[in-house]
Amino acid sequence: MSFLGYPREDGQVGVRNYIGIISTVVCANDVTLKISQQVEGTTAYLHDQGCTQTPIDLETVKRTLINLGKNPNLAGVLLVSLGCESIVAEEIESEIAKSGKPVKMIRIQEAGGMLPAIAQGSNIAHDMVVEASKIGKEEFDDSKLVIAVKCGASDTTSGLISNPSAGSALDIVNELGGTCIFGETTEFLGAEHTLVRRAVNKEIGEKIINIVTRMEDRTKRMGVDMRGGQPTTGNIKGGLTTIEDKSLGAVIKSGTKPIDDVYEYGDKVTKKGLYIVDSPGREPEFLTAAAAAGAQIIIFTTGIGAPQGFPFVPVLKVTGNPNTYKKLYDHIDIYIEIPEKGENKIQEAGKEIFEELEKIASGKKTKSEVLGYGQFSNIFTVGPVI
Amino acid sequence: MAKKKSIVINNKDNVATALIDLKTGDFLEEEFNGQVKKIELKQDVPFGHKISLTKIEEGSPIIKYGEVIGTATELINEGDYVHIHNVKSNRGRGDLEGGKE
Repeated sequence: MSFLGYPREDGQVGVRNYIGIISTVVCANDVTLKISQQVEGTTAYLHDQGCTQTPIDLETVKRTLINLGKNPNLAGVLLVSLGCESIVAEEIESEIAKSGKPVKMIRIQEAGGMLPAIAQGSNIAHDMVVEASKIGKEEFDDSKLVIAVKCGASDTTSGLISNPSAGSALDIVNELGGTCIFGETTEFLGAEHTLVRRAVNKEIGEKIINIVTRMEDRTKRMGVDMRGGQPTTGNIKGGLTTIEDKSLGAVIKSGTKPIDDVYEYGDKVTKKGLYIVDSPGREPEFLTAAAAAGAQIIIFTTGIGAPQGFPFVPVLKVTGNPNTYKKLYDHIDIYIEIPEKGENKIQEAGKEIFEELEKIASGKKTKSEVLGYGQFSNIFTVGPVI
Repeated sequence: MAKKKSIVINNKDNVATALIDLKTGDFLEEEFNGQVKKIELKQDVPFGHKISLTKIEEGSPIIKYGEVIGTATELINEGDYVHIHNVKSNRGRGDLEGGKE
């Protein structure tokens, strides 16, 4: 089986062919957005970070922006810098350029303010889009697929059907030699032992326990019961009672295959198999981690109905809640019915999701892409703004 | 075939999940401890929420997916609605000394 994608210099394959307009700092977002609105074929990545943070967080932000720029769905990148931010924008520029794709940068202060910066950036983006449009699609083997999975606005149906179905689709990608990514470490709490059992060796099992302990310790430092924050008010309304209840239903979206390794937030996954990227459960931060990891498409299961997409990675929405499918039809791509007792429809549903992934990889648009829902992204940081 | 009213995910579970909105006095037929039981609902239980399959003492574990999902904060009787009013989490508890019970 195969799909039609865009070849990239570094051997990756894009399923979309955008020029990414990426802010290096929160203060550049207004200019970034205007350029992306002006030039068709571009997409904006906006976030709240990049300045007056501890060096630990600045390092995470830098790593994330570099790897977002390296995502195969981007044919080229225009970085928009203010000029005085903590983060060193030139480092991001030179690192992305190592992938072989064209990278340009503008600085708002150097350009002479917003209007000249928009003009300068739009001119550059315009030429980059014309160049990118010359890249023709080619047929690629499914082993070139890089697929991430996420669940959001979960309810009981997520654990019953949509998450195991997504996991079954991921198993297919894995068997075909592709790369599979999941995360949302907070939603391992109470289910981590089921993941440790699947770790390829003891060391990877310990890494899983370490990221769970680190995430749990961060929440406990706040001195409160995290219920209400995780599980969310919506999860509780949907029937999920505790984080353990949510987690046990959530981790099965990773399928059944061995877990090959654990990566830090913002890292790029370059190997074949199934990988964890340490990340929180919230949409803007997780979707960013998946895109930075190199995902071409993200499977996103939902119970109550999470609408978020991502600027340059198609997000495929799957639900097992019949009411959500009816009410939020303009957001949900696939509905999977909860099977009657004794029926095993999970593999069938996994195949359906996988076939949809191949179509999306070859150009079919997801509903979140058509709606353009997903402009508000963010990068996960752990320290204060200082 | 009538739509099934509830589902038990693992045979170790002591709770079922409602697959439709259930009302007080409705009956469920579910297997618990290897025996099919007829369980009368003591309260309304919305779609996706949980019902006790047996008597669960205060401090005892709530089991779903064959795993512990929390602890009963009061006596839960067979057919009771099981949710945040009678179950606490054992994780992410910064409110407790040392973060653990």
